[in-house]
Amino acid sequence: MNDFINRIMDTFVTEGRWNWFVSGLGYTMLITLFAVILGCIIGVLMALMRLSKSKILRAVSGVYIDVIRGTPTMVQLLIINFVILAPINVPAWIIGSVAFGINSGAYIAEIVRGGILSVNVGQTEAGRSLGMTSAQTMRSIIMPQAMKNILPALGNEFVVLIKETAVVGMISNIDLVGAARKVQGRTYDYLVPLLSIAVIYYVVIKIISLLLNRLEQGMRKADKR
Amino acid sequence: MIKVTGLKKSFGDLEVLKGIDEHIEKGEKVVVIGPSGSGKSTFLRCLNLLEIPTEGEILIEGECITDPKTNVNKIREKMGMVFQQFNLFPHLSVKDNITLAPMKVKKIPKEEAETRAVELLEMVGLADKADSYPAQLSGGQQQRIAIARALAMDPDIMLFDEPTSALDPEMVGEVLQVMKNLADAGMTMVVVTHEMGFAREVGSRVLFMDGGYILEQGTPEEVFSDPKNDRTKEFLSKIL
Repeated sequence: MNDFINRIMDTFVTEGRWNWFVSGLGYTMLITLFAVILGCIIGVLMALMRLSKSKILRAVSGVYIDVIRGTPTMVQLLIINFVILAPINVPAWIIGSVAFGINSGAYIAEIVRGGILSVNVGQTEAGRSLGMTSAQTMRSIIMPQAMKNILPALGNEFVVLIKETAVVGMISNIDLVGAARKVQGRTYDYLVPLLSIAVIYYVVIKIISLLLNRLEQGMRKADKR
Repeated sequence: MIKVTGLKKSFGDLEVLKGIDEHIEKGEKVVVIGPSGSGKSTFLRCLNLLEIPTEGEILIEGECITDPKTNVNKIREKMGMVFQQFNLFPHLSVKDNITLAPMKVKKIPKEEAETRAVELLEMVGLADKADSYPAQLSGGQQQRIAIARALAMDPDIMLFDEPTSALDPEMVGEVLQVMKNLADAGMTMVVVTHEMGFAREVGSRVLFMDGGYILEQGTPEEVFSDPKNDRTKEFLSKIL
């Protein structure tokens, strides 16, 4: 028992190693946040292209979504780190954000597309019959209604990304997984650091899921005016 | 005002309109009747290009709308449309439903658009519902709002696509009354409907469509009391 307490002390207290976990969690959340923002921008753009009348735009977004969803996230991260961004010196968290943003963009594109398609076609017809352009109809009529279906799925994507960013350990030690590895390097103890980050991931994801559920229920209530 | 020549429309292999020639004058109230699948809704939806005709020419106030170079949005401003399923915007209040297009398309200032909305709501008898949301209203009320919304763009022509078909029977009357008032005020109207009473009372001309053609037309008196075409006779005998 004493031995186990010692291992915990070695993992967190000695040398102030708990700082590594705090900073690791910070980077995990930072990468996730930027990836979601970038993913949303790419996702909305790709979804609109996918639904556009232009064959070329449809093809471009189709290929993008297909390729990104058809290859492993880790391979994408490695290609961006060691091939595309290799010539310039960029901090690892930015590389991670870009890689996961590009990856997430493909999934968010499908979420957004589904949300837009879920709005009754009569809404578009009503808008267009009043003389509104397709862009005006999309902005003022379709998107506000599509958001109701998009937001819950987007929250889910956020949670998935938190877990997925653990892969960033392939290129650097900055995130939560990196913190556990740094401790291992000093103590040769695998059990405690790995169990610790598992608990940290679980708690963070639980809290965020609960918050998202709250938000969703709030939205549903507002809907029942 | 509306001149249709050789209008054809196919959906894939299915030819729904097989050649329509029709001339509608200003102030006319044209009622289109016929069995389901006869193409009457498609004909109406071609008039404001919600369906793109496969062949033929449509002139609205002298402008050829089937010409790809025509600005479709400008044409649609002149033509209000009322749908079977109302298609009100559920995320907007009644007032915002009515003011949205005038503000976005015609750039009318908010106050002016709202004043007009209140007038229109009074006209359809729903002045107290300005701040309600569509889901709080009955079908008949929603359809009257939809009419007000279309009128807010000050259209020259109003198109009605089975405006009472989705309503409970007791609500049909209030919608038809609003349409009748509109007709009395001189609006040019094209109405696809199964309400033969309305066709008789309000219509200045009745078109009978079946199989993608206009088979017979005339005043309500002529078509209802003395139909010439066998198909018209058969249809009317079933529903009257």
